[in-house]
Amino acid sequence: MKVDTVIIGAGMSGLAAGIRLSMYNKKVLIVEKHTITGGLNSYYARGKRKFDVGLHALTNFVNPDDRGKPFNKLMKQLRIPLADFKLTPQNYSLIQFPDQKLKFTNDIDFLISEISEKFPSQIDGFMNLLNHIKNFNETDLSNETVMAKDVVRNFISDKSLVEMIFCPLLIYGSAWENDMDFSQFVIMFKSIFLEGFGRPEGGVRTIIDLLLKRLGEVGGEIRFKAEVTRLITKDGKISAVEINGGEIIECDNVLSSIGLPETMKVLDAEPSYTPRPGALSFTESILITDKKPRDLGVDATIVFYNNRPEYLYQKPQTLFDKESAVVCFPNNFKYDHFQDDYEEGVLRVTNIANYDLWNQELLVSKENYKAKKELVFEQSKSILRACGLKDGYTVAFKDIFTPTTIKRYTGHFGGTVYGSIDKTRNGTTPVAGLYICGTDQGFLGIVGSMLSGISMANLHVLQGSSS
Amino acid sequence: MLSNEEVRAKVLDIIADIALDDDVSSIKDEVALRDQLDLDSMDFLDIVMELKKRHKIEVPQEDYTKLASMKSCVEYLAPKFNA
Repeated sequence: MKVDTVIIGAGMSGLAAGIRLSMYNKKVLIVEKHTITGGLNSYYARGKRKFDVGLHALTNFVNPDDRGKPFNKLMKQLRIPLADFKLTPQNYSLIQFPDQKLKFTNDIDFLISEISEKFPSQIDGFMNLLNHIKNFNETDLSNETVMAKDVVRNFISDKSLVEMIFCPLLIYGSAWENDMDFSQFVIMFKSIFLEGFGRPEGGVRTIIDLLLKRLGEVGGEIRFKAEVTRLITKDGKISAVEINGGEIIECDNVLSSIGLPETMKVLDAEPSYTPRPGALSFTESILITDKKPRDLGVDATIVFYNNRPEYLYQKPQTLFDKESAVVCFPNNFKYDHFQDDYEEGVLRVTNIANYDLWNQELLVSKENYKAKKELVFEQSKSILRACGLKDGYTVAFKDIFTPTTIKRYTGHFGGTVYGSIDKTRNGTTPVAGLYICGTDQGFLGIVGSMLSGISMANLHVLQGSSS
Repeated sequence: MLSNEEVRAKVLDIIADIALDDDVSSIKDEVALRDQLDLDSMDFLDIVMELKKRHKIEVPQEDYTKLASMKSCVEYLAPKFNA
């Protein structure tokens, strides 16, 4: 078999890249090692209940009449009407630290008033930071790497305010511990604080279904249960891909979304550099309850919970970090009259976790691993209480995933969610014709991943062939 | 032989499909497209790609600036349509 481009991985970035290339008559084959699409952002069903994986909320919220926003631009590139997502905005989110809370909505003025009330000495600095961010071109692929906390401290002197601002941005999109590249910081800041959170009707399925429908319309092909076993090079250039079973697919180029270290691992040549896997992974408890969170005293959409003066976004020395969490209440988006599409309460508690320790538990025995998952679940109930959820609910169903679950489903070394700490911003690798899109190109989040797939397809395949 | 009017109509068809949310009926030929429509560099790439796909017309990267306004589009593309 011979195609123009093999795309490895049918996650958001691979699907978006596949659509772009197929739109312009490139013969594309997407190879996906699992039986479903979505990658890091996927879904599953248990009984009659449907669950989302990854996505808590879609960032970069746009109203139907907004123009020129990143999400509009992406959908325009894919020719998918924005209205098809049926986006509902968040109610509000909360950054909850031991001594202070900051609320934010999809309107930045709300956060500005929160900061001027709670950190009056910092408001001028915050406004200047805001200006700096608005004028910064974060998607310029030639930007130098600069540590974001160094930049932000030039504007904000209060240590806890810096920690509070970084908390949601780190946990929703940093492969690095405790800090991030300033360009990535600006991407996250704009997508979360300036544009905000929303949820498509039906959750992550809706996004994937729309991408798949579009891919079908333009004639892109996906092969499931197809794991890449070898990337074959000839004279330093990519020439073919071998998939499990030994089948060889010849191609002019490869766009790989499986991660930089993971891609290098299947390269037939000795890689000239070894990108480092990241350290950060997560556990998540999903609780299905008889009562909805609003009936239990919580109307926030997402709570960024931290029980220390500092926010430790780092690999914990324990199975999971009990002192911080992201708690998502999908029932609490601002649906018309709060009529959400769930029949029951859905509570999701995500903790930073240590892959190595979870893997050790699994090696001891499956029973042992299951017992440790129970601890995560028990802890999630205390965290929910700390977030203001009243007792008096019954858990009808629960599911807990760990870093080893993430490893199993994504193939990411170390069960990382945000991939390697070495990104390749322009998508190139030491091998001609082999490009990286998705997590390790460095645009993170759902909107970031689609942007990554589109821009890498444009830059390396479409522009390359049009001139 | 396509007239300039016909070339303009073909370019307009492409722009209408790309600038989904814009009203393209009132485009002023002398004014830069970017100043009238919600188009960025990614969208200009799409105009180039659509010209290739629909009309087999190649626009090399160094000539992208010739697509700045409707007037310059027609001037640049008419000979290519009629080649």
